[in-house]
Amino acid sequence: MGIIKAFKLGFDYFKYDEDGNVQEMQRAVDDINLDIEAGSFVAILGHNGSGKSTLAKQLNALLLPSEGTIWVDDMDTSKEQELWKIRQKAGMVFQNPDNQIIGTVVEEDVGFGPENMGVPTEDIWKRVGDSLRKTGMTAYRHHSPNKLSGGQKQRVAIAGVMAMRPQCIVLDEPTAMLDPNGRHEVLEAVSELNKKENVTVILITHYMEEVIHADKVYVMDSGKIVMQGTPREIFSQVERLKEYRLDVPQVTLLAHELHEAGVDIPEGILTTEELVSALCQ
Amino acid sequence: MIRDITIGQYYPADSLIHKLDPRTKLLGTLMFIVSVFAFHTFWGYLVATVFLGSVILISKVPVKFIFKGLKAIFVLLLFTIVFNIILTPGEVLWRWGFIKVTKEGLVLAGRMAIRLIYLVIGSSIMTLTTTPNQLTDGLERQLRPLNKIHVPVHEIAMMMSIALRFIPILLEETDKIMKAQIARGADFENGNLIQKAKNMVPLLVPLFISAFRRANDLAMAMEARCYHGGDDRTQMKPLKYAGRDYAAYGILTGYLAIAILFRVVGI
Amino acid sequence: MSIELKNVTYTYSPETAYEIHALKNINLVIPDGQFMGIIGHTGSGKSTLIQHFNALIRPTSGTILYNGEDIWEEKYDRRKLRSEVGLVFQYPEHQLFESDVLSDVCFGPMNQGLSREEAEKEARKALAHVGFKEEYFSKSPFELSGGQKKRVAIAGVLAMNPKILILDEPTAGLDPKGRDDILDQIQLLHKMRGITIILVSHSMEDIAKYVERLVVMNHGEAVFDDTPRKVFSHYQELEKMGLAAPQITYIMHALKEKGLDVDVNAITVEEAKDSILKALKKGGKADD
Repeated sequence: MGIIKAFKLGFDYFKYDEDGNVQEMQRAVDDINLDIEAGSFVAILGHNGSGKSTLAKQLNALLLPSEGTIWVDDMDTSKEQELWKIRQKAGMVFQNPDNQIIGTVVEEDVGFGPENMGVPTEDIWKRVGDSLRKTGMTAYRHHSPNKLSGGQKQRVAIAGVMAMRPQCIVLDEPTAMLDPNGRHEVLEAVSELNKKENVTVILITHYMEEVIHADKVYVMDSGKIVMQGTPREIFSQVERLKEYRLDVPQVTLLAHELHEAGVDIPEGILTTEELVSALCQ
Repeated sequence: MIRDITIGQYYPADSLIHKLDPRTKLLGTLMFIVSVFAFHTFWGYLVATVFLGSVILISKVPVKFIFKGLKAIFVLLLFTIVFNIILTPGEVLWRWGFIKVTKEGLVLAGRMAIRLIYLVIGSSIMTLTTTPNQLTDGLERQLRPLNKIHVPVHEIAMMMSIALRFIPILLEETDKIMKAQIARGADFENGNLIQKAKNMVPLLVPLFISAFRRANDLAMAMEARCYHGGDDRTQMKPLKYAGRDYAAYGILTGYLAIAILFRVVGI
Repeated sequence: MSIELKNVTYTYSPETAYEIHALKNINLVIPDGQFMGIIGHTGSGKSTLIQHFNALIRPTSGTILYNGEDIWEEKYDRRKLRSEVGLVFQYPEHQLFESDVLSDVCFGPMNQGLSREEAEKEARKALAHVGFKEEYFSKSPFELSGGQKKRVAIAGVLAMNPKILILDEPTAGLDPKGRDDILDQIQLLHKMRGITIILVSHSMEDIAKYVERLVVMNHGEAVFDDTPRKVFSHYQELEKMGLAAPQITYIMHALKEKGLDVDVNAITVEEAKDSILKALKKGGKADD
């Protein structure tokens, strides 16, 4: 049974003129079916404007579908009485690290979610302690978020979501504003949570290197899911990815070019080791 | 440059005053201010001075920091003194043209100066020993009764703490925008007032757009973390009075009683 | 035409407990027409460095010469310097403010004293040079996509006709296609207008593909200053600074170790492909 399921999901953005009449309608998400297994690491790839962020915001009822249905742990997101339960089950981390930290002290920010859920004080402290430990941020608990690096801020945001004890974390381009070290740091923290805490991870990104360890990859273009499969299946279609404004990691590209030039190696090579052993067998 | 400005003048130290509940400090400051207005004789001011002096000593905040707050009111202080001296009628001590200095004027000016200075020092001690966050918490709790007359106390406190978090971010952003526009030949320094105001447009537009975007993002992030106002909300750090707070209230009450007694007796 | 830095040092909050040496004794000459890259992790001093080039920051000590003249000389016209040494910051949102694209790009030239008409001429030229379509000239810059905003921001500086263009992480936040498009456009500009380009980037792959000279900043010092090939051959030292070489460098070294006779200094996919094919031919693997 999937933790998140979507059936014929559609979402329209409306642009209104000054009189409140619909001026323009844009289909941001179109006919999407999803079935995400609990405990898996799923990546959603797509260029800017492909609809992936709009999809992400529907996964915890920040946006409601214009068409079709989405279920989080069997709860229909359009049912208002389940709203807070849904948001607790599917936590969300956003792109801009500065714009999602509410507290002026790290530990207070991590406690913000549980406070809203009405968790008793003692229990909040326990949750905050646990989440900070799981994201490796314990040493910074008394710091001001303004003094942290981008990667650390994102880890605080992740800790804030973890303190709500979600079953699933949706990360909407969490690394887009980070430098390579910050990016690495955040991904490490996320995959730890996936492996050790068995939290379902849905990572939305356009950095191809980040998805090679995912269990499943979806590729979006103009609101639709246009490709899905394991990273290897996806990355073996270099030309098609380029059509969708994406690229592949350099090693995959090199393997592809060599393959095209007649060298006998398979497509969809993901790591340096694979390429080396394919060439030097 | 602009990022050197610090907001909130909290001075971190480990002192009894720092550890007091913010509500105690808020109410205490209020009681002190009342006392300063109650006292009106030399002996009264001596009591207030001793009280203030001991609090400063206990707070472990260097005196230098405390007097910094006075700089801001220097001009106000000067005006108060000068106007009180020359405008109060009474026994003329000295006259120069139409300006006359009276005995009553001198006394009144001295009294006003002392009140103003003590008022500022008193509240500086509060802000120096309390983090902005604690202050917001304290205010929220202290003003909670206003909820009954539909004042959105929780929301106001939440807005204050968000403002505290974003002020440094927006200051830094202002710095960056200024540099980006200076690199395009913008001039923020020269010209007359109207030109100067006009020159601010390239700074203010991006700043406001960014602030609105941040507000939008933040609202989304808060909703995603189940924020739905102050109802059914628990607190990670609920305010709790400790023994020291009761002791402090005791001392403050005693002190205020002396002030009122002095006033009644006329010392 | 060149920028020359002599013993430039910059210290934040000097003589206090918060003293930070952002730049330490930098010596650098940037001759005309170069395509130069600057890399370094966050806080390495690279942002501080580029703001010295157009006098946004005054060095604590040392001299900066532009065409042989000291730019911090009292009578030096630093506003003129800023139009010759253009600097485009990372976020286009920090500079876009007008209600339409064309007016926004006119801001720089008009600050130079041009009339609206003349400025518009420059703006149109600049927008064309960054590959921005004319049909969008009257659009609000805030409604554009990230890649398009970036183009408008670059055009906004380019319209002042700078001799040197400094770009601080021009590809941040763009998707792969958007990234390639912008960088190709910058390279085209370099060739078309012959201007000096200084590119600050986190992406080693981009640096390897485009620049002819690479400066590596670490703890406020310029630790390497050479061709990208030579710099990336120090990949182990780069790693110690929290940086890395392009993935290709690692592949080539791994292959060499396994006995394949490849050029370990290859840094782009193209170079790597050629080198591997050559090595395989020699080894007799690519028999078809």
